[in-house]
Amino acid sequence: MLERLAVMLMKEFLELKRDRWAMFRLIVPLIVQMLVFGYAATFTVHHVATSVLDLDRSQASRSLISHFVATSRFDIVDYAQKQSEITHDIDTGRATIAIVIHAGFSRMLDKGAALQVIVDGTNSNTALIALGYLSQIVSGFSLEQSGASGIGISLQARPWFNEGLDDRWFFIPGVIGTLTLLQVVSLTAFAIVREREVGTLEQIMVSPIRPFEFILGKTVPFFLIGLGDILLVSAFGILWFHVSFMGNPWVMLAGASLFLLAALGIGLLLSTFSRTQQQAFSLNFFFVNPLFILSGFAFPIAAMPEFLRWFTYINPLRYFLIVLRAVFLKGVGFTVLWPELSALALLAFVALSLSVLRFRKSLD
Amino acid sequence: MSGESKAIVAQGLSKRFQSFLAVDNLDLEIAKGEVVGFIGPNGAGKSTTLRMLCGLLRPSSGKAHVAGYDVEKDPEAVREHIGYMSQKFSLYNDLTVRENLRFFGGIYRVPKKEFAGRMNFAVSMAGLEGREDMLVHTLAGGWKQRLALGCAILHRPPILFLDEPTSGVEPEARRRFWDLIHDLASDGVTILVSTHYMDEAEYCNRIALINRGRLVAMGSPGELRLRDLGGKLVEIACSPLGAAVNALAGSVIEAAIFGDRLHAVLDPNGPDGEEIRKLLEEKGMNVGAIRMVSPSLEDVFVRLVSGGKEERVLS
Repeated sequence: MLERLAVMLMKEFLELKRDRWAMFRLIVPLIVQMLVFGYAATFTVHHVATSVLDLDRSQASRSLISHFVATSRFDIVDYAQKQSEITHDIDTGRATIAIVIHAGFSRMLDKGAALQVIVDGTNSNTALIALGYLSQIVSGFSLEQSGASGIGISLQARPWFNEGLDDRWFFIPGVIGTLTLLQVVSLTAFAIVREREVGTLEQIMVSPIRPFEFILGKTVPFFLIGLGDILLVSAFGILWFHVSFMGNPWVMLAGASLFLLAALGIGLLLSTFSRTQQQAFSLNFFFVNPLFILSGFAFPIAAMPEFLRWFTYINPLRYFLIVLRAVFLKGVGFTVLWPELSALALLAFVALSLSVLRFRKSLD
Repeated sequence: MSGESKAIVAQGLSKRFQSFLAVDNLDLEIAKGEVVGFIGPNGAGKSTTLRMLCGLLRPSSGKAHVAGYDVEKDPEAVREHIGYMSQKFSLYNDLTVRENLRFFGGIYRVPKKEFAGRMNFAVSMAGLEGREDMLVHTLAGGWKQRLALGCAILHRPPILFLDEPTSGVEPEARRRFWDLIHDLASDGVTILVSTHYMDEAEYCNRIALINRGRLVAMGSPGELRLRDLGGKLVEIACSPLGAAVNALAGSVIEAAIFGDRLHAVLDPNGPDGEEIRKLLEEKGMNVGAIRMVSPSLEDVFVRLVSGGKEERVLS
């Protein structure tokens, strides 16, 4: 058994070594995507184009406007003179938010004044976040106006694990898992199909090699590549983006290994369903995107409808993202993460067993 | 276990792909040490039959035993005893000659102490001495083919299945390849080799003619030539050829275009050569020499498959 596995591995590594572009293909896209994600994937909203219509023209209204000017969250792009200009600004996309201060605003302050805000809801996420900032500014302003006499609750928020609430700290660990999944699943899905297309698979099938020897021979190299990927991307996240790494590297290694085995299993399984590289490509496309969306990478699982939430339970990326974020940011270990690690182990076992069972030495 | 002296036995072997019957009720018996040619046009079912015998495809019905083992029930035992060269070239192009041999030797678990000797044998057989460290994709077609054969026999299989091993190889290399096949046969290896080159059939002890999934004839090349034509063969130089074929329909057993001439099998009870000339000239055709020729296997094949309506895919 070991002899056949050894020649399989030797062959795989020789082929990899001969492939002059392999190193390029395996490393460069990862780094580039890491950079793109690291800089572009953020929920933070800055410089929201804002249009202001002040019909009150009082000291209070000017003071409120100055609060908006003072922050980098909002850029006032237009001081409108009438309502129609506001509508025009929103319609043309010149402004995302319009603030209308009606006449009588300052008079009504102590009785509860209304401030009208119009927001372009096309991008619901940006709109929501901008509204959040806006209400912070407005409540700050009203606290100020009510002075010492007013009753007010001041929030003393202390975010743990990511004190600066830096989005990057949330995204980078997720990017590590996501990129590795994409890389490993597609590498494996294509590896067997390529041998099928070239014809070497037929030659191997007709030999007395056992399915698990072949599968293992195909799995080990990609497992090592995957580990290398995770190491590389993690190092990049820590050294370049300065994401903190609080946890135990061994917990990370355990999670990464189990996750890789599950991802390899999925790739192998996809390859047993494809006859051509084109089929492998469409299957890959069909499965990998949902894995990404249903992982909790960006969209909270808790907010998904129940039937979709069920799918997340068979998604290895879901568990690995929890492990990654926990290890990077929280620094927790096996005692907390054992349920996720067990789930990964189970998924890996199921996916790999299925692919060994599905791999028949037959062309039927 | 079936007959001791039979290397390959198939009974009623059939393979259906959805609505397409690729192999239809095929019977085959091949003795140990025979070289049997599997001859027929593309799509006749040669590869499908070979793949069933190797255990790569499951027969839809019928049975086959290879080296005494049932291909359906015990494919792994069959695999230990056979070598196979698929129609697609199937070595690793990005590995060297030596690396390919080492890979297949390892997959078949060739004992370590014998490996060096067998590798040298395979290398010298393929004429690749001094090229052991060349990448396979840099080799010319004939060399690749011989190396593939070398890889297929590293584990000394008593039975070899070769699926169109010489297609796309130049004539000189084809001849060398057949020399190798005969060397192996003289060591007692049983070889079933498919080809669509009619001239290669002459190299075989026996040939099995297959068309549309059916075995149409089986015998030595000499036997087939004598037995299956049904009448004397004449070569007619005339023009236009297509019209002549139509004109002769019904008067002869068989008429088919053969290069720039016409081959016709005369019906023993029908018109003879001179009568044929008259018949053609009456229809306004130019007729040159008409002479008796000894039939080639191609004539036999054309006669057997479909009354001459078959496309000339052979040779």
